[in-house]
Amino acid sequence: MWMPELPAFVPFFIGALIALVTTGKVRQAILLVTPVLSGLHLLTVPVGTVLSFSFLNFELEVFEVDKLSLLFGYIFHIAAFICMLFALHVKDTLQQVSGLLYAGSAIGAVFAGDLITLFIFWELLAVTSVFLIWARRTERAYIAGLRYLIIQVLSGVVLLVGIVFYAYKHQSINFEFIGLNDTASWLIFIAFGIKCAFPMLHNWLTDAYPEATPTGTVFLSAFTTKVAVYALARAYPGTELLVYIGVIMACFPIFFAVIENDLRRVLAYSMINQIGFMVVGIGIGTALAVNGAVSHAFNDILFKGLLFMSMGAVLHMTGKIDGSRLGGLYKTMPKTAILCMVGAASISAFPLFSGFVSKSMVMSAALNNGYGWAWLLLLFSAAGVFHHAGIKIPYFAFFAHDSGIRTSEPPKNMLFAMSIAAVLCVAIGVYPQALYSLLPFDTGYNPYDATHVLTQTQLLFFSALAFVWLNLKNMYPPELPSVNLDIDWFYRRLFPAILTPFFSLFWSIDRAVRGVFMRGVNGLLGVISRHEPDGILSRTQLSGSMVIWVSILLAVFLILSFW
Amino acid sequence: MDKQNANEKQYLFDNPKNVKRLLYIVYACCAVLVLLEFVIHRHIYHSWEELFGFYPIYGFVGCVVLVLVAKWMRTFLMRDEDYYDKLESKQHPKPANKKQTEAEQAQGGNDVDA
Repeated sequence: MWMPELPAFVPFFIGALIALVTTGKVRQAILLVTPVLSGLHLLTVPVGTVLSFSFLNFELEVFEVDKLSLLFGYIFHIAAFICMLFALHVKDTLQQVSGLLYAGSAIGAVFAGDLITLFIFWELLAVTSVFLIWARRTERAYIAGLRYLIIQVLSGVVLLVGIVFYAYKHQSINFEFIGLNDTASWLIFIAFGIKCAFPMLHNWLTDAYPEATPTGTVFLSAFTTKVAVYALARAYPGTELLVYIGVIMACFPIFFAVIENDLRRVLAYSMINQIGFMVVGIGIGTALAVNGAVSHAFNDILFKGLLFMSMGAVLHMTGKIDGSRLGGLYKTMPKTAILCMVGAASISAFPLFSGFVSKSMVMSAALNNGYGWAWLLLLFSAAGVFHHAGIKIPYFAFFAHDSGIRTSEPPKNMLFAMSIAAVLCVAIGVYPQALYSLLPFDTGYNPYDATHVLTQTQLLFFSALAFVWLNLKNMYPPELPSVNLDIDWFYRRLFPAILTPFFSLFWSIDRAVRGVFMRGVNGLLGVISRHEPDGILSRTQLSGSMVIWVSILLAVFLILSFW
Repeated sequence: MDKQNANEKQYLFDNPKNVKRLLYIVYACCAVLVLLEFVIHRHIYHSWEELFGFYPIYGFVGCVVLVLVAKWMRTFLMRDEDYYDKLESKQHPKPANKKQTEAEQAQGGNDVDA
């Protein structure tokens, strides 16, 4: 069994099966050991390994390893371990089994060498992850999960249609560079775009992620969108449209994040913003840009996971997650507060933290390749990230006005998981060469030159100054218990508002028509089946009359047969 | 930051002086960073960068604009907290005997097997 061709998702699926039938300490051990063993195995797998077999007329490459997929394979293993550790105290079969299956599906998707295998894991990602939302077991979570599932499955259906067209035209289902040129490639592009939270298609993310369980959101934040980033990096590098899409993704969510009250929803918006940087990198498509995109995906899994974990810990301990209901938690959760601030510094790309060493590659690539306008907008959103994710999250949860909540630090496993993520964030920031050596291209990039360190620090400190100034002037929008309308308004408010009267009219007409018809049928039946002495079926008939009718029928047949 | 002061209920930022101190540190850092531009020669890649103090100005103005625009967006995007809940509870009526309280909605995880 210990062979390089063993597909990396298999241990996770086996682990999930074992977790299903075990309980207590044994299951906890399975949950932790699965990603470790699978990860150790992956370290021995060389680039170029392929496991393929024929199915019908297709050559399925279930496991194909190159540098790009390997990078995502590694980070997904790390993320799976951290998530499992963070959720170790949870005693919920549903969450633990679906967590393992979900991580396994993501790993299967990045090692898929052909489009059919990709499609299978693409859909598995959707159906395994929705249970992490439903496991919250509230009505809101149930409905949000349904919406999430519909959109995710839709993405898979679009992908499947695209694959059918693609296979027909190219006579190949190999998953390689596609590029935007025909209907098939557009369909596949849109399918990737839905999972990647392209603008207008993004709302499933900000809708569903904050409704999942405190631990479930951490899983969700790590896998689905990063699989989509991987798929785009493989199939559409250098597609200029992605630069425009990415810039919009980087910019618009920060406005929503500033006024959002649910702190996990703030993080969900900030996630779209970070994916925007990756999408821009893929759109530029040079070696440096793609390196920047995938290394930023790697780092984002860690620091966004860390931020989601810290907010998950707050939710777990206090039962609250709204900025308007929190505050002053540093008094009783100091360790969580510090770990959260490490994540905040990383996402804001402070020098010596992980965001700094990857985001800058995308920015430099934008400048080098003549996307000056994109660079300016990315710089604005980089300042905005610090504002909403870097300051707002820790400030409103742990400082701000004292909410009077007195709690304690979260369980040890949560703290431990957050610490691992925090250590990795700092380690990558301090020693980026370790991460750079895993990247698909060798560009010799060095993030730590004086200009870059100075300008980035200036940008961030003056963003902080703006926050301080706005607060002192009482111009900063206060946290209010509220929801903000987004694209989901169309399918949660407008469409129901239009369709409900339409359908109620339709159903009432339908009811009336059916009513008339049923009355007719009932009347007829009544006439036929009346059992009074004069009812049709109650009359006494002579047996002779039947003989006459039979002979008439036969005579008719006889006459008809002459034609 | 995680250390409590001697007085049991007095925490670090309960003392307004400490908040002031933190702010002064921020101001000092900002000042130093601007002054460093005289010492360190920045590489220029984009024409806007030639402006002295481009990054500090861009960061500050960018964030102020961000917040003011976001605040303005509230005027037409903000709704009550239960805006969608009201709509959706109509579409998915609850069983009559089970009423969910707000506390229940706000509950954290459901950490036990149901």
